Amino acid sequence: MKKFDKDRLILAFAGPVLALVVALALTTVVLLASGRNPFEPYRIMFESASYVDVQVLIVNQAGTYYLAALAVAVGFRMNLFNIGVDGQYRLAAMMAALVGASVNLPGPLHIALIVIVAMLVGAFWSGIAGFLKTTRGVSEVVSTIMLNSIATALVAWMILPKNFGEQPAGSNNLTTGEIPESGWFPGLPMGDQAGEIYGFTFVAAGCGLLYWFVLNRTRFGFDLRATGASESAAQASGVDAKKMILTSMLISGAVAGLAGMPTLLGDTHTYSLDFPTGIGFTGITIALLGRNNPLGIAFSALLIAFLDKSSASLDQYGFEKEIATIMQGLIVISVVVSYELVRRYGIRRQQQKVGEELAAGHAIKTEKEAAL
Amino acid sequence: MKILYGMQKPDEGTIAINGEQVSFSNPGDAIERGIGMVHQHFMLADNFTVLENVVLGGEKLYGIGSGARKKIKEISDAYGLGIRPDALVEDLGVADRQRVEILKVLYRGARILILDEPTAVLVPQEVDALFANLRELKAEGLTVIFISHKLGEVLSVADDITVIRRGTTVGTADPASTTTKQLAELMVGSELPSPETRESTVTDVPMLRVQDLALTVTDPDGTVRDVLAGIDLTIHQGEVLGIAGVEGNGQTELIEALIGMRDPDGGVITLDQDDISHVPTRKRRESGIGYIPEDRHRHGVLLDAPLWENRILGHVTEKPNSRGWLLDNKAARADTERIVREYDVRTPGIEVTAASLSGGNQQKLIVGREMSHAPKLLIAAHPTRGVDVGAQAQIWDQIREARREGLAVLLISADLDELIGLSDTLRVMYRGRLVADADPATITPEELGSAMTGAATGHLESPEDEAR
Repeated sequence: MKKFDKDRLILAFAGPVLALVVALALTTVVLLASGRNPFEPYRIMFESASYVDVQVLIVNQAGTYYLAALAVAVGFRMNLFNIGVDGQYRLAAMMAALVGASVNLPGPLHIALIVIVAMLVGAFWSGIAGFLKTTRGVSEVVSTIMLNSIATALVAWMILPKNFGEQPAGSNNLTTGEIPESGWFPGLPMGDQAGEIYGFTFVAAGCGLLYWFVLNRTRFGFDLRATGASESAAQASGVDAKKMILTSMLISGAVAGLAGMPTLLGDTHTYSLDFPTGIGFTGITIALLGRNNPLGIAFSALLIAFLDKSSASLDQYGFEKEIATIMQGLIVISVVVSYELVRRYGIRRQQQKVGEELAAGHAIKTEKEAAL
Repeated sequence: MKILYGMQKPDEGTIAINGEQVSFSNPGDAIERGIGMVHQHFMLADNFTVLENVVLGGEKLYGIGSGARKKIKEISDAYGLGIRPDALVEDLGVADRQRVEILKVLYRGARILILDEPTAVLVPQEVDALFANLRELKAEGLTVIFISHKLGEVLSVADDITVIRRGTTVGTADPASTTTKQLAELMVGSELPSPETRESTVTDVPMLRVQDLALTVTDPDGTVRDVLAGIDLTIHQGEVLGIAGVEGNGQTELIEALIGMRDPDGGVITLDQDDISHVPTRKRRESGIGYIPEDRHRHGVLLDAPLWENRILGHVTEKPNSRGWLLDNKAARADTERIVREYDVRTPGIEVTAASLSGGNQQKLIVGREMSHAPKLLIAAHPTRGVDVGAQAQIWDQIREARREGLAVLLISADLDELIGLSDTLRVMYRGRLVADADPATITPEELGSAMTGAATGHLESPEDEAR
């Protein structure tokens, strides 16, 4: 029995490793083709990542990515493609910032309020897509993309000074006003120069644990996975597919709402025009690379955050930092291809193995045999 | 079989075609050597025409236009297959689809045909027609390998018989001088397993009562069609009610209405005195409906999940799979091992995926799972389809045993011997209605077959009745 487990472990790693090697090779080809030194950028990036301040940046970025990727992964496990994580988290962060700036509560309560508002708004926004899918059969891919655009417009309108936003004196930026200090999430200081790790990064890790527990140890999680693996079989087994779609969309949106929290509670304390965007899309890459597994997602989030942050120094040495973007794109393509290859190989291999084991008489002893 | 068709590689031994030794690494090699396989599960695209299905993947042979059409006509006429190239596959019956499959392999130049349980889905009259086709093929010099567990058929169609049991050849037989009984003994190593139920265990306590059940579907073009109409039936404790019918006459819909996957448009379903007409599937399962689905890959298992997770499927809210809201993976694993032992599931362990087991072993796991929750009613759709003889006998035994303990069974099967042998009461379904009933003690497969095609209705009793 042990042999199968070891096999599965090797196969689980084979996919991502193959994908990364291919992506790295292809990036090198791109560098060569454009007449640049193909190895220097990697050296620069690794060197840059050896500084503590960059490491802190990477960890903080990874926390944000992690939450976004978890939100996507919840959908993936159910065979739902929530492309709307980006819109959900931006709208959620903005609404949460507005509410946070307008009240004054004792510390933990204030933070809890902001977080709850963010989750509710995120869930509401994804819930629209879930509702449309269950009642009208609208593909969640289409509706969440649309909702992303609507969220962009809605945020831009709400942040106008004549509505809910404010314009700080002497600045072109628009913000939602500063959240009072009671609503700041304390961080973990890493020394004078290095800054601090957002406290919410640890909440993100907690979410990962919760995600694993719910999926693998609860009835609800089993129903969700079953629906993702085979909707028809899940339905025959008694899962209410519509309810499941709506629930998982709501959960996905609520987690997406959290993705803006590390930055909002730990750094900016306000939602402004330069609040990071595109996190939701990066989350898709990370969820794919991490195979929707909480630990896998954690490593992928760190990897992508590393590419992001360490590539900043490429500019100083005359390389374009877009090299990292190219690499991210190549990772996505190779992930999709290599996972499918490894999956097919795994199925074939296991079938063969089972055949061999049975032929060799290694089957579990059944009563019928015992009787013979 | 998989080896002959190049889907798997042999560890030892050789294959020789026309005296020439060959080895296949994929089905393409086998096709090139003139071997064609007609699978048990048809591999046809429903929304394509016959012509399109035949040329699919073989576009280079005769093109996709008039050349292909001419060739199809030629083959069809040569072997009396009677194929209409422009018919949509979804409009064809099972027997016609099978002929398309046969034509598909002939079109690719096959000289050796492998037919895997080709009669499992046919009514007796269609079986005769198939055999006539096979004799035509034989007369034209083709070789046919006919794989079946129906001994009578093998004896009537084959020129030479090889018996395989658990992966080895256990004997050969000459159909002219062998009886069914001798052949059966070769097959199972002991006496013939028969689906016959000996003593009646029918009680007068109704377990499932269906009254005037109706179901309609709306086609894409807006027309409303009855798929089930006026279904009335009662199954008592300890009774097996068999439903015969050519596939596609509403059996699937009836099952899905009973298990709660379709909401009926009219009528009442009563299980053990509770009205369950509109109760969700999970509630029905919890209240004691066991379900052996007709398509196990779509409805019975999660192919990529390990066996123990498949043991949870469908019973996630019940012991030993969960306690409260939490799964009890340990207990589920332990219970899976019990099922593997008691139901003779051939597997090296419970962590392997369902996909790596043979169909028969998947089926045994499903039967074991459904029987483990003390069902009051078992819905068994084709419970032994694609299952080897040994497992078949075992599944029959299990159904019989549970019936003795008061289980009510709704049995739907295309295997008429199984239906007649196992059922206490027989009904025939035709175009969404129960059109005839019969006593399994006196009915013959042929009489049942003609009722299945709509030729006879009412109570089937004597040959005179049947003739009208």
